Amino acid sequence: MDLSYSQEYEEYRAELQAFLKANWPLPESLGDLEERKEEFRRRATGAGYMNRAIPKEYGGSEQPLDFLKGEIIREEIKKHGAPTEEVHIGTGRVIPVLLAYGTQEQKDYWIPPTISREFMWSQGYSEPNAGSDLAALKTRAELVGDKWIINGQKIWSSGAHKYPYMVVLVRTEPEDVAPRHAGISYLLMDLRQPGVEIRPIKQISGEPEFNEVFFTNAEAPADAIVGGRGNGWNVSRMLLRYERAAFSGINWADSMIQRAVKTARATMRNGRPAIEDPNLRADLARLQARAMAMRYSAYRDMSMEAVGEPSGDYMLMQKLYLTEFLLKLDDITRDLLADDLMLLKPGEGADGLKGNAKWVDASLQTLKIRIAGGSSNIQRNIIGERALGLPRDQVGVNARKDRGAAQ
Amino acid sequence: MNFRLNEDQQQLQGTIARILATDRIQPRTRAVIDGKKAWDEETWQELIEFGLTGIVVPEENGGMGMSLIELALCAEELGRSAAAVPFLGHVLATIAIVEGGSAAQKAKYLPGLASGEMIGSVALTEGNDTWAPEDWQMKPDGDAISGRKRNVPHGEIAQLLVVGLEGGALGVIEVANGGVSCESFEPLDLTRPICSIDFDKAKVDLLENGPAAAVRMWDAALALLSADAYGGSWKITEMARDYVQVREAFGARLSEFQAIKHQMANVVVEVEPTRGLYWFAAYTFANMPEKATHAASLAKAQTAEVYDKVARMCTELHGGIGFTWEFDAHIYLKRAIFDLAWGGRPQRLFIRAAALTDW
Repeated sequence: MDLSYSQEYEEYRAELQAFLKANWPLPESLGDLEERKEEFRRRATGAGYMNRAIPKEYGGSEQPLDFLKGEIIREEIKKHGAPTEEVHIGTGRVIPVLLAYGTQEQKDYWIPPTISREFMWSQGYSEPNAGSDLAALKTRAELVGDKWIINGQKIWSSGAHKYPYMVVLVRTEPEDVAPRHAGISYLLMDLRQPGVEIRPIKQISGEPEFNEVFFTNAEAPADAIVGGRGNGWNVSRMLLRYERAAFSGINWADSMIQRAVKTARATMRNGRPAIEDPNLRADLARLQARAMAMRYSAYRDMSMEAVGEPSGDYMLMQKLYLTEFLLKLDDITRDLLADDLMLLKPGEGADGLKGNAKWVDASLQTLKIRIAGGSSNIQRNIIGERALGLPRDQVGVNARKDRGAAQ
Repeated sequence: MNFRLNEDQQQLQGTIARILATDRIQPRTRAVIDGKKAWDEETWQELIEFGLTGIVVPEENGGMGMSLIELALCAEELGRSAAAVPFLGHVLATIAIVEGGSAAQKAKYLPGLASGEMIGSVALTEGNDTWAPEDWQMKPDGDAISGRKRNVPHGEIAQLLVVGLEGGALGVIEVANGGVSCESFEPLDLTRPICSIDFDKAKVDLLENGPAAAVRMWDAALALLSADAYGGSWKITEMARDYVQVREAFGARLSEFQAIKHQMANVVVEVEPTRGLYWFAAYTFANMPEKATHAASLAKAQTAEVYDKVARMCTELHGGIGFTWEFDAHIYLKRAIFDLAWGGRPQRLFIRAAALTDW
């Protein structure tokens, strides 16, 4: 174990500070704010500060795993007010999948524009009758000549109304293939075509972020499948093990604690700031213990994987652990908000404490996170089966058998 | 930069895990639980031969000069095995002297503790949640102390006691010098019996660096209890997992019911992340002392709360058998309660940790 910020790291920090000073803000002659941010990220990648897990040949900076450097980068960029490296589906999901399963041509074609955010992605996994039971999905892709012809419907696709590309799980093999998930493929497609209709869904927060996506003879080229026909289930369930994926949730948890402390300072209870209440302080420390448990479990996991040692099952658990953390955080902030909790945007008008609108939104978003990306109950199935070796549920399997359907 | 065990540490943990393997230790622990033996001397001797008592003792005092990381890995295995040995008090007394003793004091006491020739323990709390050095009221009168200390682990067999005194000072008492008597009550955790100790003008040797060492010793206690709790939590989780895999009801194994599977998942998802917490606490103690009090307080408080919760859930998953004396679940449940209470209750430790932030 060695987590010391030795001389090497102090030098690294100094170099980074110099880089930031020289490269942000950028002159307005380089374009509008978005263009300048993009230019900054391009330069930061060139200097090895972003896209660190992606090989240079695809436009990444190919740096060895070093989460202390990762922390230094995050701290300094934040302190300097420069654009951060954002995790989106493209960098968080599509690129790791391509790196693990893609052909050379696929990597060359898809990865560089995804890094530069020229290609932005949404995910087409769930269907109206295939949510937690994802393997029940029915959207089909048939190979006709040199094209996949896609028919079906996806739902809950975040960002599909604004992003041009989508990773879609489609059934490419015959209906009676067993087990059911062996018939599924992982397909990359362009949504900007006549066979695709997108209808936004208004969320409980009032914002449209999810979409329904209808495919009617939509098309994708023959080489759009990643990881081979019928292998989409494995591809889509690939466990992500790299700095950004593991730490985005943990860093977020840490920043949420800081925000909760800020709110507790500004919230008055019995004439005193709420942060002085010892029980509240203990509850915040409980959250900090959980955030710390996540951080050092992830450090351990990645340090071991980096040298080829089996690290156990922590990574399987992180999503459920994080969502339970958020629930406990919500308990604290809901209590702090009190009356403000009844407004959608407290503090943005005359009434309420400034900043509290974010907590109202967060308490709704927590629910979304618990449902999306494998609901908490699905996480429990996975943890029970893979980490503890408990048997798969037989209820669904037997029901399908009774109906004579593929398993 | 890495956060993994090196080969030596892996080997160390593997070796002690083999010494403490269930099939070897369980009958010995059981003999203690059933009152056939006061403590597990046989395992303690094996652990001494393995070198456990010398791990954190400097080489010049007859030890191995390793860090709290190595000791915490051993504490995890002791927690897993529930061995009825005087580990906790012994190593804390040792750490107090390593951290606070003068060269002469180290030379006098450490070789005997490192070789296991002498059993040590610590007498800290005076009852009613007085675990913190600033809580201790007992004061020496010249070179003697009088008064009562409580919750001394394995106090009945200790030959050397490190006593917490007013102002966070620490004193060493050799029991053989007299003025020490022990009053035992039936403890909940029979693997780590505690007693009250009355000192009556007992001769005390004040450690040179008492107050600084007292905080270090407390941090070490918290990190080691956290490691114990992690090991014990996993063990009782495995016991419950094994049970639900074989126990049948309604024509199926319990594990085939999703309700049971989800309960087991809820247990393990609480347990596994606490390893990172205890590792970090031990790491900071060894390498980043300025962060150790915060990390150790959080680690003990969180890990012990988890242990207590999962020990209850896992005991419940065993049904009626879980509530019997014959079944081992209660050994872990009671060790969980010990880990929760000894060294300070979680709520206080969380508040202590909060005081070390900028909140």
